[in-house]
Amino acid sequence: MQLALFLIFGGLAVAAALNLLLQRHPINSALSLVVVMMSLAVLYWSLGAEFLAAAQVIVYSGAIMVLFVFVIMLLNAGEEERTTGSRAAYIVGFPGAAAIFCLLGFVFLSERKALGLANLGGYLDEAGSNISKISTVLFTRLLLPFEVTSILILVAILGAVVLARKEQ
Amino acid sequence: MSTLSPTPLQFIIITILKIAVVLVITLTAVAYTVLLERKVLGRMQNRWGPSRVGPFGLLQPLADGIKLFLKEDLVPFAADRPLFIVAPIIALACSLISIAVVPFGSVTRVKGVDIFNIADLNIGLLVILGITSIGVYGIALSGWSSNNKFALLGSLRATSQMISYELALGLSLVGVVLRAQSLSLRSIVNSQSAHGALSWNIFGGFQIFAFFIYMLAAYAETNRSPFDLPEAESELVAGYHTEYSSMKFAMFFMAEYANMITVSCVATLLFLGGASSPFGNLFPDFGGTIVHAALPIFWFVLKILFFLMLYIWIRATVPRFRYDQLMSFGWKFLLPLAMVNIIITSLIMALRA
Repeated sequence: MQLALFLIFGGLAVAAALNLLLQRHPINSALSLVVVMMSLAVLYWSLGAEFLAAAQVIVYSGAIMVLFVFVIMLLNAGEEERTTGSRAAYIVGFPGAAAIFCLLGFVFLSERKALGLANLGGYLDEAGSNISKISTVLFTRLLLPFEVTSILILVAILGAVVLARKEQ
Repeated sequence: MSTLSPTPLQFIIITILKIAVVLVITLTAVAYTVLLERKVLGRMQNRWGPSRVGPFGLLQPLADGIKLFLKEDLVPFAADRPLFIVAPIIALACSLISIAVVPFGSVTRVKGVDIFNIADLNIGLLVILGITSIGVYGIALSGWSSNNKFALLGSLRATSQMISYELALGLSLVGVVLRAQSLSLRSIVNSQSAHGALSWNIFGGFQIFAFFIYMLAAYAETNRSPFDLPEAESELVAGYHTEYSSMKFAMFFMAEYANMITVSCVATLLFLGGASSPFGNLFPDFGGTIVHAALPIFWFVLKILFFLMLYIWIRATVPRFRYDQLMSFGWKFLLPLAMVNIIITSLIMALRA
């Protein structure tokens, strides 16, 4: 059953990502990205990281993507126009993408043993809650990166406030 | 009540039955909450409220349902059709999904499956917060897809109001989680069952400030008075559901009242002890299995009714906030207060341990 869940939601994530690229109107692309985020949350859950799945939904789909949708609505970005496209894109683009795909596939397949296998659903009944483990690591071993990240986010917020203020 | 572990087929059948019963009861409760609101508002304004259809107006929801079904279903010409249709679906679905993690009775197992709780997740509270965050899309997309300036402005106001108050909402619940040491709603309810009403989080848990912050943030989240600027008729025509008619409008309407019920459920579970009786262990155990199963549900419904009456009472009494007052209230008052509550709660818990 874990395999079925993975196949369905992995396929949904890939399909939504392709839909994001192929849609002409930015709002449809943003909503496809929301579907990708939520499929990723299901995949995290099937790997036993339920807190991370909830955080993905609350933070990514529920806050960051709402901001994206806000911006698209307010800026009134219209549909993309159909242009003829440049010749160079066709000549270099498709073969280039195929070449990179083959290269990555070759690297991943030849290093199969070192990457190991994912244990779908194997971590679901671990003792000790997810949250206590994450918080133990976050506040003991990774305390410095945690505090530095908070300061980084504070700097970003201050930058946004300064940029958005009216000139006086 | 057997405690054997169920076969997959038994589990699926019992779960589907639970979902069907809870869904029917919730939707009926939504319809009758509308009637309750109209009657209570009417009495508070010294008039009767609906009283013609059926005795005491009790068949009014049926008449409303038939009327809304039979109205013409308009889609504006230049509206974005897929999003126009999907927006009320998202709004209603998200308000109904949260009921799935709510335990509305004490633990009663039939064939090993707990029948008074559809899904006992160990991150139940985060699921409710996540679903609330997704529900914002229903409102954002409804205003945008209507291709109407008033609807867009109304929906953007509503969306920014909802995402601002989500922060205060989430932070106000952290004090409760610290006391219960768990995010599972069953554990939070069990942590308040020691001494009846005195051990509820609002009294013995000293989360009274968190309770007030939660109630204010919840009123803003559900776009209810006094934070109902997005749907005030005199302000923005009808806000984000201007262009909706018939069943789609009914879905927004039902979504608002279902949100109210969900918020009341969460407040009951987190601050008022859920399905536990206020008398605690004062009275000796009486009655058989049926009484043991039914009495906690009775207490739960009583507490939910208390919160719904509080919603309606405040709507009848308090004038609405202006938009800038609303935003500054959420960001400059509720959010710092919620953080102070967390600091004080964790300080006291650390000093006691």
